[in-house]
Amino acid sequence: MKKVEGYVYIMGDNISTDDIVPSHCLTLRDSMEMAQYTCEAIEANFTQKAKNLNIIVAGDNFGCGSSREEAVNVFKVLGIKAIIANSFARIYFRNLINQGIPGITYQWDPRDFTEGDQIAIFLEKGIIQNKTNNTEFSFIQLPPFLLAILEKGGILNQLREKI
Amino acid sequence: MSYTISEKVLLEHSEKEDISSGEFIECSIDMVMVHEQLGGRIHQEYEKLHLNRVWDPSKIFFILDHWVPAPTVSAAQMHQDCRRFAQKYQFIHNMGINEGICHQVFPEKGFARPGMLIVGSDSHTTTYGAFNCLATGIGATDVCVVFATGKLWFKVPSSYRIHLSGNLPEGVMAKDFILKFIGDISTKGAIYKSLEFYGDGVQSLSMDGRMTISNMVVEAGAKFGIFLADEKTRRWVKRVSHAPFKAVFPDEEASYEKKFNYDLSDLEPVVAKPHSPENIASISKVEGIQIDQAFLGSCTNGRLEDLRIAAHIMKGKRVNDKTRCIVIPASKKIYMEALTEGLIEIFIKAGAVVGNSTCGPCIGGHLGVLGKDEVCISTTNRNFIGRMGAPSSQVYLASPATVAASAIKGYITDPRERVKNK
Repeated sequence: MKKVEGYVYIMGDNISTDDIVPSHCLTLRDSMEMAQYTCEAIEANFTQKAKNLNIIVAGDNFGCGSSREEAVNVFKVLGIKAIIANSFARIYFRNLINQGIPGITYQWDPRDFTEGDQIAIFLEKGIIQNKTNNTEFSFIQLPPFLLAILEKGGILNQLREKI
Repeated sequence: MSYTISEKVLLEHSEKEDISSGEFIECSIDMVMVHEQLGGRIHQEYEKLHLNRVWDPSKIFFILDHWVPAPTVSAAQMHQDCRRFAQKYQFIHNMGINEGICHQVFPEKGFARPGMLIVGSDSHTTTYGAFNCLATGIGATDVCVVFATGKLWFKVPSSYRIHLSGNLPEGVMAKDFILKFIGDISTKGAIYKSLEFYGDGVQSLSMDGRMTISNMVVEAGAKFGIFLADEKTRRWVKRVSHAPFKAVFPDEEASYEKKFNYDLSDLEPVVAKPHSPENIASISKVEGIQIDQAFLGSCTNGRLEDLRIAAHIMKGKRVNDKTRCIVIPASKKIYMEALTEGLIEIFIKAGAVVGNSTCGPCIGGHLGVLGKDEVCISTTNRNFIGRMGAPSSQVYLASPATVAASAIKGYITDPRERVKNK
């Protein structure tokens, strides 16, 4: 995984895993069914919008709160390809990488992105291209250790090769 | 090299000669704690590995606590999946549904000891840091990696040194300290950091109080919240475990990214207003806010010290007619001790509902879910939108003393007057 392309979905600060997956649907077995509740209390029509907007660009402390990995999985099910945020909560960041979804830490300015912008993320180069407004930003690349996990599509795929 | 406590423990569990903060390393895990998450993504993903074994069944602690006994068919099915998995892989430490909340039961059974490296499928696994060990939360995929290999990747965190002095005033609790601290540094103020607690003030805190603090460090984003071990730690651990342990101290020259000083005697009761644990207000600023429900319990504040002060405040009083009060001891052991001490009788006579040990209402699971626009004062750890029920409900986080005093009044109130009038 060297390049991720998609369209920007803007979210705010301190989006918690409770916001992403409310606890009332945590016992559901079917991940498609669970995904229908994604962000239900904080975003109107998230699942509809996510059909076209598949790279989340958020503020500080994205994914704070509970360790529930369903909060990564529902995004995966809905086709979210990457998340860019000013900062990530620790467990959430691990969960993203472990499931093979790039988490990009980049302190962005409101002028950098508008919802719906078409962007491309070059993981190894540490560059985000905004194709809609023809701008380019650089971010600190993920260390090779984490890029290797993303390359395999997640840590369990990597593990399968070792065992 | 000079090391902080977290660097020492991580180094000890790695195959490295030396380590420094920011580095990625692989460590051997001493114990992994799993709860209902086992019946969620963990069992589904683990079965796909086709291993038919786990690395060490004696190092897995398994408990059902979030939804016990099962309040819905889907929760019951999740429990069935958990039990099947635990049986198939021959888990040795299988707690079932009636021991209590993971973060209380795990230390009670002697699994949290100084110097250990512990991970758990729950963000509040940081609680065990009260026992001078490194403990932190992980997601389902990480649990699968540990089940398969007994190892996990870690980024070596930099540390904040928090020096505590003085004693808490009467009616002010460890909860008030950790809420104030989160308010001071914000919910992102300690992302990926290890918080290490030092000073005379630590010795004045009970183990129950230290557990409350370590429990909530994750609300500031922290990876670990570790206390220095003292006589209280040793006594607690020796009472519940025969396993040998050695307290871990930092090197004198250890390097800390930031240092903080708090005099516990300066503190006052505070609350975290909706919808963030960093939204702190002094009790005088929220006095009089009407409440529909008061909840005393959870892995943050369902311990004996918490029940004692609440019972002291509620003894001979009645919960306000317009307020529901729910009390849930954090474990069966605490429930039994509270029975022996007569605390449960005090709660029941005051009009509270006493529930079995479970996470229950803290996650809006059962036994006290909030309806539309309802207001709750709660001893729990999170007041995010919809955390305890309806998205329009509002949760104020507070100490057990503040929750008990507010239950009697029917509105948020300062507990200090009631504690004085013993």
